[in-house]
Amino acid sequence: MKPALIAGAFLASLFALSLLVGVSPLSAVDVLTFRADSNAVLVLVESRLPRTLALILAGVGLAVAGLIMQILVRNRFVEPSTAGTVESASLGMLVMALFAPAAPVFAKTAASTLFALAGTALFLRLLSMAPLRSPLTPPLIGLTLGGVIGSATTFLAYRFDLLQSLSAWTTGDFSVVLRGRYELLWLALALAVAGYAIADRLTVAGLGDDVATSLGLKHAHVMAGGLAIVAMITAATVSTIGSIPFLGLIVPNVVSLAMGDNLRRTLPFVAAFGAVFTLACDVAGRLANFPFEIPIGVVAGALGSGLFLVLLLRRRARNA
Amino acid sequence: MIETSGVTKAYGDAVVLDGVDLKIPTGGLTSIIGPNGAGKSTLLSIISRLTPMTSGSAWVDGLDVSRTPTDQLARRLAILRQENHIAARVTVRDLVSFGRYPHSRGRLTFEDRAHVDQALRFLELEPLADRFIDEMSGGQRQRAYVAMVLAQDTDYVLLDEPLNNLDMKHSAAMMRLLRRAADELGRTVVVVLHDVNFASCYSDCIVAMRDGRVRRSGPPEEIVQPEVIREIYDLDVTVHEIEGHRTVFFYR
Amino acid sequence: MRDHTRTRPAAVLAVLAIAAIISALAYMTIGARGPWSFILPFRGAKLAALVLVATAVAVSTVTFQTIANNRILTPSLMGFDALYALIRTATLFLLGAGGFAALDPRLAFAVNVVLMTGFASLLYRWLLTDRAEGLHLLLLVGVIAGVFFRSLSNFMHRLVDPTDFLVLQGSLFANFNAVDGRLLAVSAVLVAGAGVALWRLVPKLDVLALGRDHAVNLGVDYRRTLTVALGLVAILVSVSTALVGPVTFFGLLVANLAYLAIPSHRHAMLLPAAALLAISMLVSGQIVLERVFGLDAALSMVIEFVGGVVFLVLLLRKTPR
Repeated sequence: MKPALIAGAFLASLFALSLLVGVSPLSAVDVLTFRADSNAVLVLVESRLPRTLALILAGVGLAVAGLIMQILVRNRFVEPSTAGTVESASLGMLVMALFAPAAPVFAKTAASTLFALAGTALFLRLLSMAPLRSPLTPPLIGLTLGGVIGSATTFLAYRFDLLQSLSAWTTGDFSVVLRGRYELLWLALALAVAGYAIADRLTVAGLGDDVATSLGLKHAHVMAGGLAIVAMITAATVSTIGSIPFLGLIVPNVVSLAMGDNLRRTLPFVAAFGAVFTLACDVAGRLANFPFEIPIGVVAGALGSGLFLVLLLRRRARNA
Repeated sequence: MIETSGVTKAYGDAVVLDGVDLKIPTGGLTSIIGPNGAGKSTLLSIISRLTPMTSGSAWVDGLDVSRTPTDQLARRLAILRQENHIAARVTVRDLVSFGRYPHSRGRLTFEDRAHVDQALRFLELEPLADRFIDEMSGGQRQRAYVAMVLAQDTDYVLLDEPLNNLDMKHSAAMMRLLRRAADELGRTVVVVLHDVNFASCYSDCIVAMRDGRVRRSGPPEEIVQPEVIREIYDLDVTVHEIEGHRTVFFYR
Repeated sequence: MRDHTRTRPAAVLAVLAIAAIISALAYMTIGARGPWSFILPFRGAKLAALVLVATAVAVSTVTFQTIANNRILTPSLMGFDALYALIRTATLFLLGAGGFAALDPRLAFAVNVVLMTGFASLLYRWLLTDRAEGLHLLLLVGVIAGVFFRSLSNFMHRLVDPTDFLVLQGSLFANFNAVDGRLLAVSAVLVAGAGVALWRLVPKLDVLALGRDHAVNLGVDYRRTLTVALGLVAILVSVSTALVGPVTFFGLLVANLAYLAIPSHRHAMLLPAAALLAISMLVSGQIVLERVFGLDAALSMVIEFVGGVVFLVLLLRKTPR
């Protein structure tokens, strides 16, 4: 498996890079020869390692969440940030901050998951009403729905002086990650694995109610299960590190361009490339204006929307 | 007279028109026929400067269509294409009034209004004049568009498949009308037609195209012949004279 | 029948004008405490800014929709205002705060308008060449281009010096509550100039609304008219963005309301109607939020919400034209 080797090597080197790059200097030689001083070890264990792990977990989770959504909606341009899911999750976090500010993170994430589910369900409901002329309609509807939910959220936050907290959920940022404050993201990995386990059923469900039923599958159940996975992953990332727009769209599309659509084969690569994407964006954000950091949400927003444009233009070039 | 010389249109490698030399005489009704993809519509929109040509030249009354100011051409030649979607809500009278734009620049004079009324009458649209065109049937809408290009009061009127989406009755009515526009109003009418028999019954001249070239052109007696139809359409037919018109039979 | 369709738009227009005047008077007087010598210039400047933005957005949107022959596309959905912000940011990024401040604002504005017109023409070429999937693709490309421009500006914001950033923020997002008198005067001149130029274009706009083929057939110099109109749209969008920042859905909202209110295709009616509607809505919305809820800066969020819902409805309608 040559591609797997290349992907593995790439991931490993970015992993190492992410451990070493940062404001407080850390020498690879020192770490490997156990000559690092206690301060360096502390930085590594308390900050760099958690941050790097969080990057990988979020990257894997979001990439898989995007892929699951694309399969279920059968549209290449749908992912949590183009379907209102992210904005709904942020609204959920805001509502919890208003009404239950003392609740544990887990409870807040649970509430945010419910909001994300409701928002995604609304998106699907709107889709079923739309005259589906073009595969480009779903992302348009999703982006607009996200905008509407987002403006309501912004208004609430403005009204109750919570704009600062809101921007923490809407702009992904890993500089806040320390040991003890990112572990929720392991849930995202577990959910991604669960998604892998039911990948075949998701594919069948994506073919529509009629086909799924005639193949003996409970369509509604699988849809609900798949969307629950997506909503939970989204809520878990939004509540810990904020949103990373377009990741779930770019990664599966690029993998599909490179190696086709056989889910069983490509899904591990989607996961790996998701991690590569977050690691690369974050390291770039740390280096671009050193010693200041640029949040990953900003880097990924620019890179992601740029690549999204390229995907759209390719589509046009092929059709022309 | 409409004249083209070496008109070629290519999209990348795909050549749609391949050096078309053509003369369409002034007066009367000329039909352009040919199979799908022969380049009929493209030729029409090149002559009417809607589509730029890759190479070659086209003249209307000696005016080079790619050099002559577009407003000057708009007083000589009117074109109606197949697909007409208008986002704005306009009434029939408004639409027909637009035909006067080349003369009035949006300020209708008494004379302009007379032209509009005449066009409405000619197409029997007076009772419908204040209806919105998006509320009318396909046949009525087509008549409204034709009224607009007639109100433009040009010597040349070009229509791309004006019978598209019309039933038998409305098709015959439309062809009679175009014939009258040529005979009574003295217009030079050029139409792209799919139905060879309509072309045969109503035209003074038929231009037969295939593969981006003009293969034959002449009066119906010359063109509506089994061997010509075979050359153009790859189809074996019989031709019968019915009530003085050469008619192609190709249903068996 | 004929008189009916001729007089009713004028009557609607009169009602809209009265509504706009009433809301402007109400804005100046409701809850006024203290000396008029203070209130008049203070509120007057804010009102002027509201009126200018409303007019610029409404007129530019209706014009853009006419030349695009489509009632869903708007300049801001196509990323125009995001592009404006990006060009400003990039200028600061390349020149630094010193060079940015020394730059002749008229030159900067001219460069902005030229770049935006170029971008619009580029996007526009597609609309013409690809009819089947063109509209949805163009919309999505426009929306994503807007996101891309915003993200790039955002990225550059993080790269520039924080003090430089303050300079930029001052030039990008002056809000209604701190309107710069000089900016206001320049904006008023530009909006008036663009308005006059568009007014002379009105008969051609009526013809352009029929679509490209009909317009060419009727002798309109299509390419030239299009470029002029897009340039004017770019000026208007630049003015409104410079005054209050991006308002994505407001234009869509007022343009479509104007089409509903005015039973005519004529731009001599549609353009003023859209502008008056926009003024009434923006001013009365600001009154409600300022005086009733005590919220100064929330108007754009409310507009985004309502306008977004309208956009969804337009997308979900049976025939998305």
